[in-house]
Amino acid sequence: MNDVFLFFGAFLASGVEMVEALTIVLAVGVTRGWRSPLFGVGAATVVLIAVIAALGPALQLLPIDVLRLVVGALLLCFGLQWLRKAILRSSGYKELHDEEAAYLAEQQEAAAAPRDERLGMDWYSFTIAFKGVLLEGLEVAFIVLTFGTTQGRLGLAAAAAGAALVLVAVVGVLAHRPLARVPENTIKFAVGLLLTTFGTFWAAEGAGVEWPGDELAILGVLTFLTALSFLLVRALRRQRLSQQPVGVPA
Amino acid sequence: MSYLRRFAAFWWDFIVGDDWRVAAGIVVALGLTGALTDEGWSAWWLMPVAVALLLARSLQRATRRP
Repeated sequence: MNDVFLFFGAFLASGVEMVEALTIVLAVGVTRGWRSPLFGVGAATVVLIAVIAALGPALQLLPIDVLRLVVGALLLCFGLQWLRKAILRSSGYKELHDEEAAYLAEQQEAAAAPRDERLGMDWYSFTIAFKGVLLEGLEVAFIVLTFGTTQGRLGLAAAAAGAALVLVAVVGVLAHRPLARVPENTIKFAVGLLLTTFGTFWAAEGAGVEWPGDELAILGVLTFLTALSFLLVRALRRQRLSQQPVGVPA
Repeated sequence: MSYLRRFAAFWWDFIVGDDWRVAAGIVVALGLTGALTDEGWSAWWLMPVAVALLLARSLQRATRRP
């Protein structure tokens, strides 16, 4: 069961980050040509692989309790950020992420940027694609490393990320447009719940806790956090509506 | 801003994000969990409760009217 959660958690988190990276690369590629952004994607991928290859084995050298405490705490901080944003979006306090709008904004910027040739490349296209893939990819690397090392299943977590990469790349090439139909906001909510659940479980284990039911407790924590999140969304929606002046549509 | 400060700011934003009190609360809750466990108490319930309180309080701060 743990492996299934681990795989889907890493797969969904990686997929949703890759959809965002794809939007950036597509916008720059369609507007200014493909050669330089593809070099940027390649360079960022090499850096990310190097980060995972260097940190993965290094983290595995730590004693398991220390690893779970530190990595669990980091994952918990990270997961709560996702969950907090997802709840703010669902309750209407924060705008929903719109891939189509992000694509158009990125395209406008790409069209307006001057051409600067360096190392035989369009430097703007290269750096935007490099930064976009690296920044979104760092979140993927973080999730793969934390999920993988604490469970001793780095290969499985990396395979989940790899599967997400292949799926997003294939669909992106076929569609040749941003994947706006991917229910990104819902996936981010689910990922926030999974990251927070695993972070809570591992960090507490690292602090010496023995969970009732051992790994089955993960399901209990997930159910508790899901119920809590829905209650918070409902309460915040009600609060937002009550804060609106009379006559203003919700 | 120097390269080092930008680097630190990036990682701060990456891990801690918009509300540093959540991260601080997690550290305190983990410390308390460890202390209770060392004393022989069953403290498995503490982290889920702490997470719930920290999340609710952080959302309350984020949605407070200016």
